Amino acid sequence: MRFSGLQVLKEGLTGNKGWGPHWRDPEPKSEYDIIIIGGGGHGLATAHYLAKEHGLTNVAVLERGYLGGGNVGRNTTIVRANYMLPGNSEFYSHSLKLWEGLEEDLNYNVMHSQRGIINLFHSDGQRDAFARRGNQMINQGDDAILLDTDGVRQHLPYLDFKQTRFPIYGGLYHPRGGSARHDAVAWGFARSASQRGVDLIQNCEVTGFDIVDGVVRGVQTSRGPIRAKKIGMAVAGRTSQVAEMAGFRVPIESHVLQAFVTEGLKPVIDHVVTYGMGHFYISQSDKGGLVFGGDLDMYASYAARGNLPIVEHVSEAAMTLMPVIGKAKMLRSWGGIMDMSPDGSFIMDKSPIDGLYINCGWCYGGFKATPASGHTFAHLLATDQPHPTTIRHRLDRFRTGRGVMDEEATGSQHNLH
Amino acid sequence: MRLSGKGLIDRSQNLSFQFDGHTYRAHPGDTLASALLANDIHLVGRSFKYHRPRGILTAGSEEPNALVSVVRRRGAIDPNVRATVQEVYDGLTARSQNAWPSLSFDAMAINDLAAPFLGAGFYYKTFMWPRAFWEKLYEPVIRRAAGLGALSGERDEDPYEKAYAFCDLLVIGSGPAGLMAALTAAEAGADVILADEDHVMGGRLNAETHEVAGQASADWAADTIARLSKMDNVRLMPRTTVTGAYDQGTFGALERVTHHQNVPVDHACARETFWRIVAKRSVLAAGSIERPIAFQNNDRPGIMMASAVRTYLNRYGVAPGGAITLFANNDDAHRTAVDLQDAGADVVAVIDSRTDAKAQGDYRLIHGAQVCGASGRKALEAITVRTPKGEMAIKTDCLAVSGGWNPSVHLTCHMNGRPTWNSAIASFVPTPGAIPGMATVGACNGTFSTAACFAEGYAAAKDALKELGLTAPDMVLPDAEDSATRVSALWAVEGKGRAWLDFQNDVTVKDVKQAARENFRSVEHMKRYTTQGMATDQGKSSNVAALAVLADATGRGIPETGTTTFRPPYSPVALAALGAGAKGKGFAPERKTTSHAASTQDMDAPMIEAGLWYRPSYFPKSGERTWRQSCDREVGYVREAVGVCDVSTLGKIDIQGPDASKLLDFVYTNMFSTLKVGRVRYGLMLREDGNIMDDGTTARLGETHYVMTTTTAAAGPVMRHLEFVTQALHPEWDVRIMSVTEQWAQFAVAGPQSRALLNDLLDAPLAEGAFPFIACGPVQVHGIPARLFRISFSGEHAYELAVPSRYGDSLFRLLVARAEALGGGAYGMEALNVLRIEKGFITHSEIDGRVTAFDLGMERMISAKKDCIGKTMAARPGLVERDRQRFVGIKPVGEVKQLTAGAHIFLDGAFATAENSKGYITSVGYSPTLGHYVGLGFVEGGASREGEVMKMVDHLRGVEAQVEICDPVFFDPDGEKVRG
Amino acid sequence: MRLRCPICGSRDRREFYYQGAAVMLDRPAPDAGEAAWDDYLHLRENSAGDVDELWSHDGGCGAWLVVTRNVSTHEIKAVRLASDVKEASA
Repeated sequence: MRFSGLQVLKEGLTGNKGWGPHWRDPEPKSEYDIIIIGGGGHGLATAHYLAKEHGLTNVAVLERGYLGGGNVGRNTTIVRANYMLPGNSEFYSHSLKLWEGLEEDLNYNVMHSQRGIINLFHSDGQRDAFARRGNQMINQGDDAILLDTDGVRQHLPYLDFKQTRFPIYGGLYHPRGGSARHDAVAWGFARSASQRGVDLIQNCEVTGFDIVDGVVRGVQTSRGPIRAKKIGMAVAGRTSQVAEMAGFRVPIESHVLQAFVTEGLKPVIDHVVTYGMGHFYISQSDKGGLVFGGDLDMYASYAARGNLPIVEHVSEAAMTLMPVIGKAKMLRSWGGIMDMSPDGSFIMDKSPIDGLYINCGWCYGGFKATPASGHTFAHLLATDQPHPTTIRHRLDRFRTGRGVMDEEATGSQHNLH
Repeated sequence: MRLSGKGLIDRSQNLSFQFDGHTYRAHPGDTLASALLANDIHLVGRSFKYHRPRGILTAGSEEPNALVSVVRRRGAIDPNVRATVQEVYDGLTARSQNAWPSLSFDAMAINDLAAPFLGAGFYYKTFMWPRAFWEKLYEPVIRRAAGLGALSGERDEDPYEKAYAFCDLLVIGSGPAGLMAALTAAEAGADVILADEDHVMGGRLNAETHEVAGQASADWAADTIARLSKMDNVRLMPRTTVTGAYDQGTFGALERVTHHQNVPVDHACARETFWRIVAKRSVLAAGSIERPIAFQNNDRPGIMMASAVRTYLNRYGVAPGGAITLFANNDDAHRTAVDLQDAGADVVAVIDSRTDAKAQGDYRLIHGAQVCGASGRKALEAITVRTPKGEMAIKTDCLAVSGGWNPSVHLTCHMNGRPTWNSAIASFVPTPGAIPGMATVGACNGTFSTAACFAEGYAAAKDALKELGLTAPDMVLPDAEDSATRVSALWAVEGKGRAWLDFQNDVTVKDVKQAARENFRSVEHMKRYTTQGMATDQGKSSNVAALAVLADATGRGIPETGTTTFRPPYSPVALAALGAGAKGKGFAPERKTTSHAASTQDMDAPMIEAGLWYRPSYFPKSGERTWRQSCDREVGYVREAVGVCDVSTLGKIDIQGPDASKLLDFVYTNMFSTLKVGRVRYGLMLREDGNIMDDGTTARLGETHYVMTTTTAAAGPVMRHLEFVTQALHPEWDVRIMSVTEQWAQFAVAGPQSRALLNDLLDAPLAEGAFPFIACGPVQVHGIPARLFRISFSGEHAYELAVPSRYGDSLFRLLVARAEALGGGAYGMEALNVLRIEKGFITHSEIDGRVTAFDLGMERMISAKKDCIGKTMAARPGLVERDRQRFVGIKPVGEVKQLTAGAHIFLDGAFATAENSKGYITSVGYSPTLGHYVGLGFVEGGASREGEVMKMVDHLRGVEAQVEICDPVFFDPDGEKVRG
Repeated sequence: MRLRCPICGSRDRREFYYQGAAVMLDRPAPDAGEAAWDDYLHLRENSAGDVDELWSHDGGCGAWLVVTRNVSTHEIKAVRLASDVKEASA
């Protein structure tokens, strides 16, 4: 069934009896051309693009829990293309273009909203660094505007321009940046992939690989063995465990990133705002909740929950930057497991095992990458060649030092990106 | 209406409060909810999506409907306050939310008529065409409709605070189980904190009519609390919600300090305190929450929880209706009917879904029947009862509902614990061990009788005391009711129409069933698709029922269907409380140099932030209208006469010990063991990944004594790095390090007149040629021992003079005065920056963390004779490739004379696109010395492009200029001045 | 979260700096080769169970610590001075 306003009207008039499953729940077959491990945003997007762009539909996505249960369903929903370094710059530019056509592509309203992102800066040095970044964005064909203090005030009059600890010198404004409804992204890709013939298998945990002479032949799962010619991993924070089953190690350390939402409130914040001095970013959802986050808890964790220091730190940043939201009440906090790489940029490459491909190291930037990650991973799986926008994102770049993309410039310590 | 002779309120005093502009009367002890009900106000809010009229459902913090804004003054408005928690004080002003133009007539209630088109997830299926309409039309409309309360739009001026507390045993909840646990531990001498969200401790003991130890239960509770309050080892924390359980016995808790008082505008006392409580052991006695039963129009004002009706009756002396009916599936709810009758209220009928239900008093019991509908829009008028014989209408203005009780397992889920299904009570109970060191007791454990609560509370305290090394006293547990729990699960009554599960978010049974049909069968999918449990109450009343409806719709049992996770906080916490202390300057410490007062008060220097430090940007003189004029003048001081600059913010690390040289050789790329005593050397420090960490000078003060200088930004990280090297890599080295950044005030004295200035000041003047470039050593200034370093960040003949910090202020004033006498003066960061760019000296603008010694052309500074941190990885092939962007100087050579930092560099004539970018500019300044802009940056090929004309493009600032790539040392390339 | 510094006692997590896996104690020789250095700096076991980690009490005594911690439950099993661990392995 095609979704449309007309269909909602028709169903509403006839008791909403006609709505069917958004995706099928098939039994796993014994063999596929391609298996994707991980039914999160990236895995589902990969399935969609394999089917749509490459005509490959004898594909299964294996998910140990429920579809979209990973980081795609527990992030702060920001979509942007404001990276500075070659490699990332063209990749996220590519991703934003895919976002801009995603609703039509998927026939699913993912509520991609280009409400604009403003990165605040608080010193001349930060301004110059943002200028370099903003110029790269424009060089790349994306949009950026350098705002001075008054420019920021026009967009964000509710900030504390007088008493805040680190005065606001200005901001880098990215009008095409914004947010999207995170769950809908997962569901939209799932529905499209399923309609195109991909099998989405939930509650199916991969427990081992069948590898013969360095070539992968299939996986063992909680629902039995499944053979495949090619296997792609898109398991984010669990990458090390899955790689270990295949017998290799990856340059990943898993960390917890918390995120927060307040009770629903009438509109107060229209943009996505990030605070250069406090590891703090905030936007307001269409339901009225202020959605915000900050830095990692800064210790390795698989717990998907955090501790008070970060809860308090982000709230403190909110209070010095925008004391206007002091009476908003934090409703819920949660955590996601981030696959932190040594340069803060992702890895998309063949693995040391023939036929096994990896897609990991998204740190905490995976959500906005969802369409392009799927698009380029599908390209790699289908053609055995990296997509032009992921040529630098090789697994061996840390060993060789070639193509390291350290946006935060903090070096090889995984949690500092 | 208020009943006479009942309740824990003080009828001798009257309080006046306002709701939606009307004034009403209340008594001390009332909540806003009890006072509204006493005044027969039943319509108090509107729901989120359909704007349905709503009344008060509960008597606790789980309230989904009765949310109001408390207005204290302009700019001080608390939105989404639960009327069931807000205590009435004289002058309280509250107003309803999410209704326009009025609560009674709400235009958006039209949504309710459109409900067939607004079911679960409808927005995912529409609003897609045309594409641009999402941001322009659909979304703005949705956003305006969303949200319940509104922020005031003004800066939050209220005081909030944070605090720590430590205890042996934290008891959460002061009902019978919690009280007994606290009492037992307190008697044993343990440090006890007893926290309860309510303003009166005692939990349900205050809302029931049983006796405990021969007393009224509320009296027994009050006596016990009085006894605890007299004990030094007990801290009672009423009005305090334990919001979260965290690692190693840490809990978050919110105390509402003055929400119950009419405090003046400038009141200093915190409105709320956010506590971090560290407890060796904890007891969770959080009670349980009664759950509704879904049936058609079960959200009408006047339909309340049976236990809430009992609370309003027994604790507040309020009958919430004139003709009350009750709908239940369990014995406990019948107490409501009994208590109402005892108080003289009219109980019209009790409808019990169980065929074997028995009346516990003299009231009309309709057993084996269900309420299947309700009528009356803004107030309940009648219910429809379905019996095996047919349906009948019963007129009633208040229906008390009980579908059983859900233990408050929330905190036990905060560390990823999953609760366990207990079919005897048809609900979830905590899984033992879910929180290390925590025991769960009483109703939150699924134990409902008062006697059993006492027993569990005692036993848990006894176990905790044993683990704490204390002995529990023998206690005689008080006599109390001990009735068995009898409940038969009933989640939703079959029938047409909409039956509400999540009241606030307007999620109905139909929505959950539709979600299941659309294959949102996982409980997480259902929750996210329907928004069930995502409102301000986080599904406290509704999650279990919604789960049961989903289980039914998918043909699974409840345990197989699973449960969603409860996350902190237990109830919402204001950001002002979590972020207390951070408003304005409180967010980060402020570090000020010893020259701060002189710079700001006497010299009017605008200060800029350098990390946590403040440093002067420039020192304006009268007649100067722009910072550039001041900066140019200050540059001139240094180039022509002498300038003085406070450089104390640079990190200073004292390094001593026989192995001090080994340490320096290992952390710097270049050799320090060969440095002579009394000399200074510039050092480059790498991260282990081969990129530059920091640079700076290190002076050798003695054979085994060095003092290292770091950049301002890297002072902390470098100190930690040295600690790492000496403790974790080479603990065998005999060397000690100490940060002395704040112990020394250090000033640059730079310029051709610098020696003259110093010689006027030092007790022993420097002889000509006696203190050459890179010399260092002890000197005396007016008898004060000081350190002198002949180093320069400007390329001029220059010194840095360091004195103990307590002399910093007077030395700075003295230096500036002497400099002015010599035709110079103080210079700030702007001038310092120009001076160093003219000389091609780098800062963290250049060594930004992605730059190598190779990139700077300093690869020969990596000594071949020794290992050092970062040496191996700096040799990786990717870090020494010829096409890397390397350090250069840049100057404008075309018509446009301006340079901008952050601009990219292109081949002259190339399009300014990403693939054409050859480099970028890191630092620029106008050089008054040279009369043009000078810039530093990185360009592919680096020095090999010297002399090449390229193009600088800054799209953001609209500047495009022809530039020449040149040597980064613009001024005095041979370094004659610095040695002179 | 709280850690028990062997020098200072039980302290809030805010006083500590986390670096990463304690493999950083075993710095390879300069000529150990590409693979050894890649192991040292980049590749990680990243196990979901008990892990030896390097922390620094830099808001306190400045001691570097080897903390054995379960990264799925956050339970802390042991805290030792990094210098003791290093010297014991020397």
